[in-house]
Amino acid sequence: MLSFKEEVPSPLQSTVGTMDNTDYREGGCCHTEQFFRSGHTNNWAVLVCTSRFWFNYRHVANTLSVYRSVKRLGIPDSHIVLMLADDMACNPRNPKPATVFSHKNMELNVYGDDVEVDYRSYEVTVENFLRVLTGRIPPSTPRSKRLLSDDRSNILIYMTGHGGNGFLKFQDSEEITNVELADAFEQMWQKRRYNELLFIIDTCQGASMYERFYSPNIMALASSQVGEDSLSHQPDLGIGVHLMDRYTFYVLEFLEEIHPASQTNMNDLFQVCPKSLCVSTPGHRTDLFQRDPQNVLITDFFGSVRKVEITTETISLDRDLAVFESKLPKDELATEPLKYAEQLPVAQIIHQKPKQKDWHPPGGFILGLWALIIMVFFKTYGIKHMKHIF
Amino acid sequence: MPPFSLEADAALHPLQDASLGSLTMYVVPETSSLLPQGINVYVGKHRSALVRAGGGLAALRTLLQQLTQVMSFTASSISAALSDRVPSGQLGPDARRHLKSSLGYEITFSLLNPDPKSHAVDWDIEDAVNRYVQPVLDKLSLVANFSVDSQILYYAVLGVTPRFDKESSSFLLSAHSLPHVINPVEARLGSSAASLYPVLNFLLYVPERSHSPLYIQDKDGAPVSTNAFHSPRWGGIMVYNVEAPASPQVSLPLHVDVDMVRVMEVFLAQLRLLFGLSREELPPEFLLESPGNEGLADWELDRLLWAHTVENIATVSTTLTSLAQLLDKIGNIVIKDDVASEVYQAVASAQSAMAELAAGHLHLAFQASKEAVTSSERAFFDPSLLHLLYFPDDQKFAIYIPLFLPMAVPILLSLAKIVREARQQGTPERC
Repeated sequence: MLSFKEEVPSPLQSTVGTMDNTDYREGGCCHTEQFFRSGHTNNWAVLVCTSRFWFNYRHVANTLSVYRSVKRLGIPDSHIVLMLADDMACNPRNPKPATVFSHKNMELNVYGDDVEVDYRSYEVTVENFLRVLTGRIPPSTPRSKRLLSDDRSNILIYMTGHGGNGFLKFQDSEEITNVELADAFEQMWQKRRYNELLFIIDTCQGASMYERFYSPNIMALASSQVGEDSLSHQPDLGIGVHLMDRYTFYVLEFLEEIHPASQTNMNDLFQVCPKSLCVSTPGHRTDLFQRDPQNVLITDFFGSVRKVEITTETISLDRDLAVFESKLPKDELATEPLKYAEQLPVAQIIHQKPKQKDWHPPGGFILGLWALIIMVFFKTYGIKHMKHIF
Repeated sequence: MPPFSLEADAALHPLQDASLGSLTMYVVPETSSLLPQGINVYVGKHRSALVRAGGGLAALRTLLQQLTQVMSFTASSISAALSDRVPSGQLGPDARRHLKSSLGYEITFSLLNPDPKSHAVDWDIEDAVNRYVQPVLDKLSLVANFSVDSQILYYAVLGVTPRFDKESSSFLLSAHSLPHVINPVEARLGSSAASLYPVLNFLLYVPERSHSPLYIQDKDGAPVSTNAFHSPRWGGIMVYNVEAPASPQVSLPLHVDVDMVRVMEVFLAQLRLLFGLSREELPPEFLLESPGNEGLADWELDRLLWAHTVENIATVSTTLTSLAQLLDKIGNIVIKDDVASEVYQAVASAQSAMAELAAGHLHLAFQASKEAVTSSERAFFDPSLLHLLYFPDDQKFAIYIPLFLPMAVPILLSLAKIVREARQQGTPERC
């Protein structure tokens, strides 16, 4: 019950007193002015792990580490869409059930007590991912599985898994290409479903995934350039698999130092995991982003720092007014029996006319192919043999 | 000072054109006592204003201009409504943080009691909603559907520890720490379970006994009179201090009956601010009549409707344009009949909304714009419009060549044979 207080470490307590004096005297970068610069009012996060099978433990651990940081910095579960393609914590091969560790000495259990996975196991498909991003979701989808962002939302999208030059593999059976991803982001921009978007990808040749973006206000980070592989960090001999990927491991270390009031900016995130530690070269792309990365706080995307205004106005109410008779027709309360929501659009199906399957003559290619085959056949065997065959 | 102006306004009200969007201005003589001293313009709570004459027609014209800017729309209020289509450099990052136009809103009142051992808090929220909130929502019912619910949360703590101030012997929350207050609580508010409409949360926080009394400080360090703050597009929080009992030996828990009028005055003011109805920036000679329990004056409702109508029409046009662009780009998406009919309806409604706006019929324009938005959103977000159809050229080659090349080799060789034989036959045979 006291865990809420833990979220604000004591440095905040001491800086509250000193921040007042220094900020106002310097007159320059006041805390309030700084975060008013970004113009967003809420934060969302879409965290996707695309690989299944036990030996891809590290991808699930990657995603859960980012989930943990994002929750710790303030984004609530209702604003996080977490997609995990396989269950590692309760996997029969896990020697420590109900845990997912990120460090080989089992220091940090990133699974925790209150993980809320929105898309799990076979629900993590390219189609569902694109539906979440573009919002073209069937009406029966619950609210926790939707990305209900608006034009003032900053969205963090983190993807991890196995990838290649221009694609990311989902579940070992399908792929999403960088062109599809760029088009999905453009669809989001057209409908103003984001204010600013931060895209982080930790796969092999990750930089190829952000090459094709063309919508404004997107910043992208990747763990490796085209032609390079992203490597994993350390194996744990007790669990038997590699626990984390290098890039996300160092990003997690970096994020552990961030607290909700910190002023660290994106340039520091770009420096995380240089080639000496990561072996691959992390890349980033900021040309589509309007603000200077120097002015973008980490908490603009990873945390959820709300804009607040002091309420100075009140209205005056007449205390003794009689109870108001509402002029609106009251809804019928519980007079009709409750029923399940329409999941199958029966009315639509019934009333749609059966589609006349128009017969189209076969196209050129098929015609040409058959003409060729028949000509060769007759030439080889001759017409006179036809009556023996048919 | 007897409220002559209020009586005059009430008396003149039946004579006016009461349609939405209209504005009536009455000019009274300069020496008239209907208006108090020093006030040149009195704005009533319906759609009329009393203006003191004087200074000739030119002065009257400027007053009229100012009046229409206050009571109706201005260029800046319309461009703020369009702020997500206007390049952001022009407007500044906090131009439009009012609630977006939506078909419905869900309002949740929550009582946070972090210390139930010391305070047994009782709030008669149902009565307060029926008495004070429902009139305001009924007035706003033209704009959207509202639904209200309430809850009580125990052991819900704010995310920030307040400082103890020795001079006032009270606890203070500075303006810097307010942004961090909301997040730990939000996870417990349960706002995700409700409808798909935007949720407005109004929280009433009763501080723990060990942290009472708790005041909110503004940027200059002065305590805020309302003891409340709000966050754009989210809602508001008010801190309700329980008076310390006179004698220290009192049995815990203390029974607390929340004064709902004081609370609702603040919450309804925050609701107005969230919608963008603020009365702060006014020329000094204006006097605005308080709308009383209705919460907002008729002309404020008109302001809201103008902004929402324009926003709706802009949304419809961008939605349909982007849908058309999508279909141009990916030619083989199938458009179902009902999607097509929604698009036609959206276009028709948007055109009629614009025609009504040009004619000045606000009510009809707003209804048409609402229908247009509903249809266009349904068309754009139809689940069948998903395209997973990108095939890069090298993938096409990679798939078809292994299938057709082995089959094509004998066909091409026989073709070559046919051509050779045809040529041989062309040369006449010799006996």
